[in-house]
Amino acid sequence: MLGILNTMWVTFRHAFRRRVTVLYPERKRRLPARWRGRIVLTRDPDGEERCVACYLCSSVCPVACIALQAAIDEKGRRKPDFFRINFSRCIYCGLCEEACPTFAIQLTPDYEMAEYDRNNLVYEKEDLLISGTGKYPGYNFYRVSGMEISGKGKGEAENERPPVDVRSLLP
Amino acid sequence: MSGIAIAIIVIFGVLFGALMIAAGTIWYERRLLGVFQERYGPNRAGPFGVLQVIADMLKIFTKENWIAPFADKAIFVIAPGIIMISTLASFAVIPIAPAILVSDLDIGVLYFLAMSSFAVYSVALAGWSSNSKYSLLGSIRAVGQMVSYEVFMGLSLMGVVLQTGSFSLRDIVEAQSGLWNVVPQFVGFVVFFIAGLAETRRIPFDIPEAESELVAGYHTEYSGFKFAMFYIGEYVGITLISMMIVTLFFGGWQGPVLPPLVWFLLKTFILVSLFILIRAALPRPRYDQHLSFGWKLMLPLSLLNLAVTGGIVLAVAR
Repeated sequence: MLGILNTMWVTFRHAFRRRVTVLYPERKRRLPARWRGRIVLTRDPDGEERCVACYLCSSVCPVACIALQAAIDEKGRRKPDFFRINFSRCIYCGLCEEACPTFAIQLTPDYEMAEYDRNNLVYEKEDLLISGTGKYPGYNFYRVSGMEISGKGKGEAENERPPVDVRSLLP
Repeated sequence: MSGIAIAIIVIFGVLFGALMIAAGTIWYERRLLGVFQERYGPNRAGPFGVLQVIADMLKIFTKENWIAPFADKAIFVIAPGIIMISTLASFAVIPIAPAILVSDLDIGVLYFLAMSSFAVYSVALAGWSSNSKYSLLGSIRAVGQMVSYEVFMGLSLMGVVLQTGSFSLRDIVEAQSGLWNVVPQFVGFVVFFIAGLAETRRIPFDIPEAESELVAGYHTEYSGFKFAMFYIGEYVGITLISMMIVTLFFGGWQGPVLPPLVWFLLKTFILVSLFILIRAALPRPRYDQHLSFGWKLMLPLSLLNLAVTGGIVLAVAR
């Protein structure tokens, strides 16, 4: 009997505690930087697209919401011809970001993507591309990889040595 | 002529007021449960979310008026009406203020008990006519619970009746001008309060609906308008029981300074809040625990209360 009254008293005291609800449209929670929200395509510090159209994100995607087509541009670099993410399917798992070898695809702390028309949730490359470098400022894939592109030969990148002459016996 | 006009105004005023208070209670309960659970509750529609009830009602009334094909159609349709009629009819005898009283029956208490027994038919018929196992289980439980709790619901009131010497609710209120009945009849108040919880099938006594066991109990097959009748009927029932407790134990409209109507509504409001606090705080015991609690504890307690009150009244009268 006293237990019942005590239960009621405890419940009553909870009426004066701070509310746990966040009144959403008026107040917004501060999201951590690694929040997995809207997906973006970033650019390297030179302003070029980072994406090299390797299809890794598209093949790792568990719901198959990423579609792209590779192409080679005038500099000889691989670029996506189109890059399409269907956000009505996306589960924001972040596997694409983990798979990406060039840090091109990144998830951002933005979740306010509601649309009235379902077709508006299909984002094309121009919707996905941002002008900045996202989470990895200063990283440029072609400056650290061994790839030969116009303006940079093999072994000329940062932290790289010239390629080994396989025909020489000298170490 | 003017007497009839006033009577009609009072009747419709009480009817309308009861429904409005019941509708307000739906919103109030949701807000207050939220407060007890450290949330906000519905606060979007209108100021403080008061228009939420209107939104809910519009939604529920525009739903398809579906009758299960396996149901006993006539009874299925009548059952929700019975609960509304019986609970709303009980408001006729409640003296809300000295001038606001639909009918000053000299057997007001008995009339109230009869009407609350009448509500059992609604629940029993709803479960039976639905022709589905969960509905039937729910209504079996409801009938078992309500019939056994009605026994000492009536007995707990007899102490008040003995003290006052009248079954008329107006006389009972007027007899409490010195001391509220809750002081000499505290046991009666506790027993009546618990029985009232059981009669309205509120949370510690909600085994007829028991959503974790029986889907929704006796109104599993109901939807739309007919479900709304059960839903509003429950809140009309809460309002009714709270008003009855105020009338019988807390001096009805009586109180200093403020006008009688305000006092009555204020006391009702506090009791409704208590009902909601109990819902927020207490879990639901097992069915056999309910019945043994009723028959083995509440019934002897109310009989003892009645015997002691009778003895004292007799001694004073000598």
